[in-house]
Formats: sequence, C-alpha cells, structure tokens
Amino acid sequence: MIDNPKTGMTLIVKTITRLTIGLILLFGIYIILHGHLSPGGGFAGGVIVALSFVHMMLAFGKDVAVSKVSKDLASNLESIGAIMFLLVAMLGFLGGSFFLNIFSKGEPFRLFSSGTIIFSNLSIGIKVGVGLFAIFLALVILEKSKKE
Amino acid sequence: MELYILLIFMIFAAIVAIEVKDLLSSVIAVGAVGFALCLAFLVLKAPDLAITQLVVEILCLIILIRATIKKDLPLVIEGRWVFNTISTLAFVAVFLFFAWQAITELPAFGEPLMVVVKKYLAEGTAKTGAVNLVTAVILDFRAYDTLGEATVLFTSVIGIMAVLRRPGRKKIEK
Amino acid sequence: MLLYVLCLVLFCVGLYGVLRKRNLVKMIVGLGIIEYSMNLFFVLVGYKYHGRAPIDAQGQLIAQMVDPLPQALVLTSIVIGLGVTALIISIAIRIYEKYGTFDITKIKKLKG
Repeated sequence: MIDNPKTGMTLIVKTITRLTIGLILLFGIYIILHGHLSPGGGFAGGVIVALSFVHMMLAFGKDVAVSKVSKDLASNLESIGAIMFLLVAMLGFLGGSFFLNIFSKGEPFRLFSSGTIIFSNLSIGIKVGVGLFAIFLALVILEKSKKE
Repeated sequence: MELYILLIFMIFAAIVAIEVKDLLSSVIAVGAVGFALCLAFLVLKAPDLAITQLVVEILCLIILIRATIKKDLPLVIEGRWVFNTISTLAFVAVFLFFAWQAITELPAFGEPLMVVVKKYLAEGTAKTGAVNLVTAVILDFRAYDTLGEATVLFTSVIGIMAVLRRPGRKKIEK
Repeated sequence: MLLYVLCLVLFCVGLYGVLRKRNLVKMIVGLGIIEYSMNLFFVLVGYKYHGRAPIDAQGQLIAQMVDPLPQALVLTSIVIGLGVTALIISIAIRIYEKYGTFDITKIKKLKG
C-alpha cells in the first residue's frame, strides 16, 4: 500500500518523507519533554507532532495515514489527553487544593525536575497533537466523500 | 527599528491579502503576515511564542489552501459601492478615535508596570522547579487558564466533527 | 507609542476586511489578521528595554527580564485561534457545498 504509485505524490517525495518523518516526530517529543527547560512546551510540541502526521498524509495519501492512526483512535487519544490533564490537576487535592504541585521539585536544570509540570506538558502535547490531526483528517475525509 | 520595518511589512501584506482578487494569493499573503509576526516575537524576546507561531502558521496555511484550492472566485458585482465603503470607513474612524483615547493611558513602550510578575520572577524557579518561566506561569501559577484553553480546543474539535460528518441515514432515504 | 498605533492600523485593516468584503474566505482572512494584531499588542505591552527572554540560565543572575505573563496568555491564544479558524473554515466548506459559492450576497436562502 505504501509503494502504490497511484496514491500520494512522486517517488522522490516519498523517499525523502520516509527519511525525515521519524526525525520530525522525535523533535516534537523532545520539545514536549523539555518544555520546562527550554523554549517550547506542550503546545508547540503538540503542533509539531500533528505536523508529522499531516506530512505523512500529504506524501503517501489518505489510506496509509488512516491505517496508522484511525479516526476513532484519534478521538480516543484526545479524550485520554484531556482526562490526563484533569487527573494531574486532581492530584493536587492530595496536598490540599486544585492544581497544587505536590511532587518534589528536584534540582533545577535537570530533565526530571519541577514536579507535575512535566506530566501536564505531556498530556497537553498528546491532546493538542492528536486533536489537530483529527481536524485535518475530518477535512480530508470530507473532500474524498464529496468526490465519490 | 526592526519592529517598525516588520510592522509596516505586515500592514502592506495585510492590505494585499484583503484586496487581491485571487483567493490563493490572498491566503499566501496571510502566511507572509504570520511569518513576519513570528520574527517580531523573536525580536520582542519571546522565543516560546515564536516557535508556536511558526508551526501553527504552517498548519493553518495547509488547512486554508486545502479548503480554498480549485474553488475559483466568481467576480463579485457589488451594489451601493460608495455607501458601503463610506459607512465602513466611518466605523473604522470611530474605532480608531476611542482606541487612541485608550492608548494614551497605557504605560510607554518598553517600561511595563510588572506588578504581579515581580513575585513570579522572584520566586518562580524556587516554587515550581521550572527554569522556563512562561511554562511555570501557564502550568502552575495560572493553570486554570490552560484548563479553559483545553476545553475550548476540545469543543472546537467536537464542533468540526459535528459539522463535517456524513449526512445521516434519514436524508439518504429521501 | 507609534508602535501601538501601527498595531492598531493592522487591526483596522482586518476590521475593514471583515466588514466590507463579500467573500467568506476574505472574511476569514480578516479575522486572522485581527487575531495576529491582538497577539502582537499583548506582547508589545509586556516588552521591557534591555530585557532578556524569561528563561533562567545556568550559573548567571539575570536582573532584567521581559514580562512573562502576557506571553503565557498569548501562547494559549494562538492555539485557540487555530482551532477557531479551522471551525470557521469547515462551516464555510459546508456553505460552499450547499450553495456553490462563497459570495454572501448570493446566499439568500440562509434560514435556520
């Protein structure tokens, strides 16, 4: 299905996409996880993750992208991201109030520092990335169904 | 100085985007405005915003081009051209007058008040453990705002799914 | 002060597009320009002369920083703007499917 010349763009674009798409996804995850140390965070990293999936869809066509991440999986993952963020907020009740940072702050300038912020960043990254991909998927599926 | 050049460029690109006849050219001109805004954020010492604006602009351009491509603009013959233009310009002039009144009350450019932020800057890293203070503000001090933002994004995704879903079985039978 | 005025001029260009143009895509473009100008205005208010980006560096004491609060508000606003723009575009696509045009003066049957 991936090498079908009738769907998607030309062979050159497909080859380059196969080389770069993993790096783009990895860069998005890096931006999400280092949100408390360097510029970036859940929002920017989530959009980069969504862009890597959009890149795959533009190069290989709709079917390949849907076989990797279907519409139902995207909806479920987005709900999971939202619930995860709410759970991180609820964890604060263990210490007394909503959104309290209860874990140990750790040493600054380390990856595993700053308590619950890293989990909040992760959940927002999942939510934004999968949500924007779901928007693009809905737009493309509409375009296809109109042509039939 | 860079800010003046960037802002004047943005204004020209916006006028082009509003006035050009072709829809695809209009969308590309909006992309030019967005990337100039990204550079302006970088000059204003906001690297978080610059990264976010860059990637959001790319995704927004892809969505807009997919929506507008192959849909040609029919030539619009507008009735009462003079009246509409004059009333719109009058509205804009009234808006500018009151906005000028508001602007003269603001602190001058480059010298913000920084009343609330003084505390965040002093205690931010010690209290939250995050080195990036923007992240400390959005995910710790003001996390309620972020929760509201997540709700708005969720609602917009649900709205798009509801608007774009295939027509139900009832309509097909008719 | 002149920067604030230029930012408002950008806002007015977008406002003119929303009010005057008859094409739905042009109105969406105008809304986008309004959103950009408002984001820029917030960040301009928080800028400080000779300030540095609000990120601590290892082993140095930074005395002057720009205001991180408007930046945090704008960061959420940018992503909300993308969601809202996508929602408006999907509604515009539906209108195009039903009436075959983006021209709002020709959409006379828009009831309910």
